[in-house]
Amino acid sequence: MGTIREMLNRVWSFFHKQQRDAELNAEVQTHIEFAVEENMRRGMTPEEARRKALIRVGGVQQAKEQQRENRGLSWLDILLQDLRYALRTLRRDRSFTLIAVVILGLGIGANVVVFSVVNTVLLRPLPFHDPQQLVRILGAGTEGGESTATYSADAMQEFQQRNHTFQKVTGYYAFSSSDNYKLEGNGQPLPVTGLMVADNFFETLAIQPTLGRLFTPEECLKNSRPVTLLSYAFWKHQFDANPKIVGQTIRLSGSPVTVVGVLPETFDFGSVFSPGAKVDIYTPVIMDNIRHQGNTMALVGRLKPGVTLAQAQSEADILFPKLDADVTHPEWKAEYTTRFFSLKDYVSGKLRRSLLVLWGAVGLILLIVCVNLSNLLLARSAARGKEFALRSALGAGRARLIRQLLTESLVLSGAGALLGLAIAFAVTTWLAHQGSIALPLLGSVRVDGTALAWTVLIAVLTAGIFGLTPGLKMSSNNLQDALKDGGHGTSEGRKHERMRSILVISEVALACVLLVGAGLLLHSFLRVLDVDLGFQPSRAAAIQVDYDDHGNQELRSTLWQNILARVKAIPGVENAGITDNLPLSRNRSWGISAKGKDYRKGELQATFVYIVSPGYLNSIGMQLVKGRDFTWDDTPTGQKVVIINETVAKRLWPGEDPIGRIAQTGGRDMVVVGVIADVRESNVEDTGGWEMFLPATQQGPDGAQLVVRTKLPPEALAPSVMSTLRQINPNQPATEFKPLQLLVDHALSPRRFFVMLVSIFAVLGLLLAALGIYGVISYSVTQKTQEIGIRMALGATQAKVQLGVITKTLRLALLGIVIGTATSFGASHLIAALLFGTAPTDLATFAGMIAVLVAVALAAGYIPARRASRIDPTIALRGN
Amino acid sequence: MSESKLDLLQGTLDLMVLQTLATLGSQHGYGIARRIEQVSGDEVLLNQGTIYASLVRLQQRGWISAAWGTSDNNRKAKYYSITKGGRKQLAKDAAYWHRLASVMGRVLAMPMEEEL
Repeated sequence: MGTIREMLNRVWSFFHKQQRDAELNAEVQTHIEFAVEENMRRGMTPEEARRKALIRVGGVQQAKEQQRENRGLSWLDILLQDLRYALRTLRRDRSFTLIAVVILGLGIGANVVVFSVVNTVLLRPLPFHDPQQLVRILGAGTEGGESTATYSADAMQEFQQRNHTFQKVTGYYAFSSSDNYKLEGNGQPLPVTGLMVADNFFETLAIQPTLGRLFTPEECLKNSRPVTLLSYAFWKHQFDANPKIVGQTIRLSGSPVTVVGVLPETFDFGSVFSPGAKVDIYTPVIMDNIRHQGNTMALVGRLKPGVTLAQAQSEADILFPKLDADVTHPEWKAEYTTRFFSLKDYVSGKLRRSLLVLWGAVGLILLIVCVNLSNLLLARSAARGKEFALRSALGAGRARLIRQLLTESLVLSGAGALLGLAIAFAVTTWLAHQGSIALPLLGSVRVDGTALAWTVLIAVLTAGIFGLTPGLKMSSNNLQDALKDGGHGTSEGRKHERMRSILVISEVALACVLLVGAGLLLHSFLRVLDVDLGFQPSRAAAIQVDYDDHGNQELRSTLWQNILARVKAIPGVENAGITDNLPLSRNRSWGISAKGKDYRKGELQATFVYIVSPGYLNSIGMQLVKGRDFTWDDTPTGQKVVIINETVAKRLWPGEDPIGRIAQTGGRDMVVVGVIADVRESNVEDTGGWEMFLPATQQGPDGAQLVVRTKLPPEALAPSVMSTLRQINPNQPATEFKPLQLLVDHALSPRRFFVMLVSIFAVLGLLLAALGIYGVISYSVTQKTQEIGIRMALGATQAKVQLGVITKTLRLALLGIVIGTATSFGASHLIAALLFGTAPTDLATFAGMIAVLVAVALAAGYIPARRASRIDPTIALRGN
Repeated sequence: MSESKLDLLQGTLDLMVLQTLATLGSQHGYGIARRIEQVSGDEVLLNQGTIYASLVRLQQRGWISAAWGTSDNNRKAKYYSITKGGRKQLAKDAAYWHRLASVMGRVLAMPMEEEL
């Protein structure tokens, strides 16, 4: 009670200082007068009475000060005083303040951006209910792409029934391609991306629709009424967020489909399961339709409460080998294996190291910023030494002086943090809209409360680090010395200079570590760009083609021949071909073996399958090493043929000529007619796996991607290709004409993203180090103007003076570089896993980065060196 | 450190002021200071100025109230008087001091070891 009232009174007094002071003055005045009167009554002279009265009162000022302390908020008074003073000093030193705030802003901004990304991808839980229970169920082998990572409908349903560790097991159809539906009814058909999901998919993820309802089990049965759920984004831009759409029918690829609901805005399938992909609509996967398609379902499960991943895994290790691929064919041994990942690990596990490296890099930047500011503050402290000596001579305690300096540092870092936040807001907003970067959850990157807290933390830490060193140093200065330290070249100046040299050396060393790391990553990136993909993405583009062959292979052959002939006739088109799957995008795998040979378990490998038209290999720029391409004469009734890649040829027929040999795939015999050079089918950085190509005239392709090779820029060709396709088939939806380079760029986007950021940070570090060098050398030249003047008067040439300054610069830089290189050498193995075709101790990179640092150091030292050599001895000697 | 000493002094001074006001009724700062000096037989050497820190503290805690008035010889002075809450506080603090004093008395009255 009393304390609250006292607090309120103190606050009131704080805001009514003048009134309270006036009252106090009057009170003390009366007090003295009472005392004087009493003393006079005792017979003292007026002078004696006043003197005695004043003695009894004690220090009038102290009494008043004591009273103020007891009535108001003295700590706030001091803080405000310090703050006012700090602002005044900083305003007076405008250029210093500007440089300091910009440096801090860049350093803090970079840190907040990276923290926001790290927080979103690594730290924040996934945007699902109880996300720690969610498990991604993958095949143990990874060499077969999606097909070895997925399971058949029967296997999924058996596992759902037999397991005891999961509340729910669900899945989605892993082989949908983008733009796989056409939305009809409003003029030209619109390409739409749909994903088929198991009936309990959204229940397992615990996602509630924003509007309407989820699928019912009946809607997931064969011959049920077709239904769909809309993604929030699609609902918003396609149906103007009209809530009445629920219950209505839309036309999808020729059939009416009822919209049953709209999913919440927070659910973004692509950002979690398939970075960079965008899904517009969801439809139920009808299990009976895919039962005989083999492995098609990507599985996700929700563990029962209290069950660990390891417990579930050990149960699954027993269960999975027993699951049937197809219950109607129990003799087909699927030999399923499985590897569980928590969904979080699946989403962000691969990025952990890259992100931590990035975090480390911005940490280094912040350290360099701190060192740089310490340096700037030290330079100022040399100028402010007298001011502080005077203040302590007037009675300011050491704590009070440090407090004053820390307040200044905090004001600086606070302003820097504001600038940094502005930068971070801009950059994260930009990042969140970079759909082309294949990083998970990137769309939800933002500066949130945690990031704000982080900003405050690093701002305070930074202020502490860069403010305390000069603060302690300055406040410990010997008073007398400081007041005397007027001339140049006295001992105090020297001590400052040594401290600053140490700071610059450490700055150069930090920048060196950053540069070498960035150099290694950049070198790796260049190596990745140089990789022989096995196809030529430049000047080629692909577009998804719509056609209707009624399931008739003869008709398809005629349709495709017509399409290819018409497209090839377009001016500028060099070549064209059709495939169902493009490299570096969707993939699937089957098995292949040489006929008549027995294989041990594990000897064969899942093989990527591409069903293509004659001429496709040529149009995408794959290289036929041996044999021939398919022709239109490879008819459904003729001899079945296959083209394999060199890896398959080497493994199935080692040391033999595979042309003309019989291969078996899917239980059928096929003659090998050609061999192509390996293609990077799923990842630019891994060598190609087993690959085979089958003619679309003999097999059923899953969709059609028309690949066009052109002499013109692909964009220029888009309208004429589209109008030709429309002439052939008026139902051709407005699918995108995508340059193949986009596929490669998309695959490389995570690496490009990291390299870009680390390089930016390295350049920033380099600039800061250069600024540090420049500051120290420039300052020492100013300090030594007189000395240089004397030396020049005694006959030193301009060249000699310049050389002297540059030697000094180089000595600092080289010391920093030696320390930095040694550190990098020791630490580079930490990023070894992120390198590609580059040793962590790559000599060329080390040498290159050291050369860059030396060059920058020289440039930073040259400017003051030139100034030094221009010193006019007469002016310099007269000056002091 | 001198601070802990000051703390004790502060608390003591507050109690003295409250007691003085309780017995004298309304009184100004100089009067309170003089009264304390007289009662203590000048054993407390008080810097009279420090009384104002104590007065503002007590006032802000609501234990005393203040009003400007005129003295016998026609001087404007601030007169303090004890409030209800102040009397309660005085009773509490006085009881505490009595207890402490009696305990201290007993402890200090213990015979020295060599006298046993």
